[in-house]
Amino acid sequence: MPALDLVPLLPEVVLAVAALVLLLLGAASERRTRTSETSGEAAAIVTPLVVAALLVAAVLAAVLDKTPGLVLGGHFRFDGFAAVLKVLVLVAAAASLLLVSSYQEDERIDRFEFPLLALFSAIGMSLMVSAESLLGLYMALELQSLPLYVMAAFQRDRLRASEAGLKYFVLGALASGMLLYGCSLVYGFAGTLAFSELAAQFGPGAPQGMPIGVLVGLVFVIAGLAFKLAAVPFHMWTPDVYEGAPTSTTAFLAAAPKLAALGLAVRLLSGPFADWAPQWQQVIVLLAVASMLLGAFAGLVQTNIKRLMAYSGIANIGFALVGVAAGTNEGIEAALVYMIIYIVMVLGAFGCILAMRREGRYVEEIAELAGLSQRRPLMAAALALLMFSLAGIPPLAGFFGKYFVFLAAVRADLVWLAVLGLLASVVAAYYYLRIVKLIYFDPAAEPFEPPAAPGLQIVTALSVVFVLGFVVVPGPVFAAARLAAAALAR
Amino acid sequence: MSAIPLSHYLTFAATLFTIGVFGIFLNRKNVIVILMSIELILLAVNINFVAFSAALGDLLGQIFAMFILTVAAAEAAIGLAIVVVYFRNRGSIEVEDINLMRG
Repeated sequence: MPALDLVPLLPEVVLAVAALVLLLLGAASERRTRTSETSGEAAAIVTPLVVAALLVAAVLAAVLDKTPGLVLGGHFRFDGFAAVLKVLVLVAAAASLLLVSSYQEDERIDRFEFPLLALFSAIGMSLMVSAESLLGLYMALELQSLPLYVMAAFQRDRLRASEAGLKYFVLGALASGMLLYGCSLVYGFAGTLAFSELAAQFGPGAPQGMPIGVLVGLVFVIAGLAFKLAAVPFHMWTPDVYEGAPTSTTAFLAAAPKLAALGLAVRLLSGPFADWAPQWQQVIVLLAVASMLLGAFAGLVQTNIKRLMAYSGIANIGFALVGVAAGTNEGIEAALVYMIIYIVMVLGAFGCILAMRREGRYVEEIAELAGLSQRRPLMAAALALLMFSLAGIPPLAGFFGKYFVFLAAVRADLVWLAVLGLLASVVAAYYYLRIVKLIYFDPAAEPFEPPAAPGLQIVTALSVVFVLGFVVVPGPVFAAARLAAAALAR
Repeated sequence: MSAIPLSHYLTFAATLFTIGVFGIFLNRKNVIVILMSIELILLAVNINFVAFSAALGDLLGQIFAMFILTVAAAEAAIGLAIVVVYFRNRGSIEVEDINLMRG
């Protein structure tokens, strides 16, 4: 029995310790008033500390030695892929917490449990991207999902939020059940849970082909992961949860968990099952095509901006899956670049959505944005740039994301998939451009209140700077994606 | 294990799993039934794991089953809490009433 070496797991250890300490701190500093309404003092103390812990863990993940190593009995693996994705996921989680703190205050749900739930979920995400066995995969996925169910129902006195939480919970639990059933089949027919042993069994020169039981199990696992990614046909929960949950939860949900789930899917598919690409490729292609088309067409008729972001998210996961479906190292790299760019854009977009506040209430209808440019030119410009980027208009960042994903598909002889993707992105461009038209060419509605929170302004501004500056300095994003993809190529 | 072949366990687990999935989708009455169906799915998976574990002579499957039991408990706690919150707001846990938003 080798000595317990937790150094590669340092980010998670830091986060877990921080979570427990902050839980105590929050409970101790919470001052309950007569009406049992919290005053938000505890949240004001805990939130910055949670953000700091997330950033510290991200720095740790960045500086740790990236030679591949197994931890916790071989159930988790730390390598370049894990390091890159951990940094991204943790920074995205911290950024979304910065975005939402003013919303939490205004909606009177600024309880200290919210950032802590987000922190626990972030630990799960951080473990997800370094899962190295089916057991590690399942435990990390559940650690990520369970806090999210609670966060979706966080506005306890709102019917809409509790309905969103209920739907998310039921469908999420069903997804976990399918994933687990798949895990049990893979375990039974392959006789192992570890990715490395699976890879050895099904790797090049393996004596037997893939047993049908393992294949069926793999399809179940992919279906479970598709639920978490919100890929069609497992997307049913997405629009309702995005709309019903408090916007703070939606902003969190839309960014980091998507990246973590994609990272997990990539790790599973290109690790143990890399040599069986033709088997799973068909499934991923189907998911990608259905997601792109449904996300593009169903988004056309939406009037609620959070619901629109849900369909936009479905379409964007479809584009990222095009890269995964290519099955090449280049495709994985392109999918990662795509997701990085998408997450930055989505954080910026939610920064703008969280600034849609009028007469003390947050509004969510797209029509409320009419004539924004006359009242708030800066916010209008930011939102317009983000929408142009989401639509994929050069020279903004979103264009390059799409370009490299489609390039990877074409190089993998999936030309028709790239063409379908292009068509879907043309359709989806309509709803992004409609927002731009509303902002700039429609008669002005009542002005929004200026957002007070510096966190929100900073994150939105950084996102816009990224979207604009990507064309000038694309290096770091590509370097990170290349480092991650290289670690996967065994 | 020697008396009952593995295939019987697998068939049983597959049947339970199917009943669980159908319980979620066909049930029009009550959210509690959905929670029970979720438990059913997880137990089907557990039977699968334990049966495979015994057949393979490998302990890892049983360890996995213990983990699933633990997570299932946490999941049930969260699920029930959400159902209680929902009931307070809606005054009903009929599945047909969960229709504020149509997705």
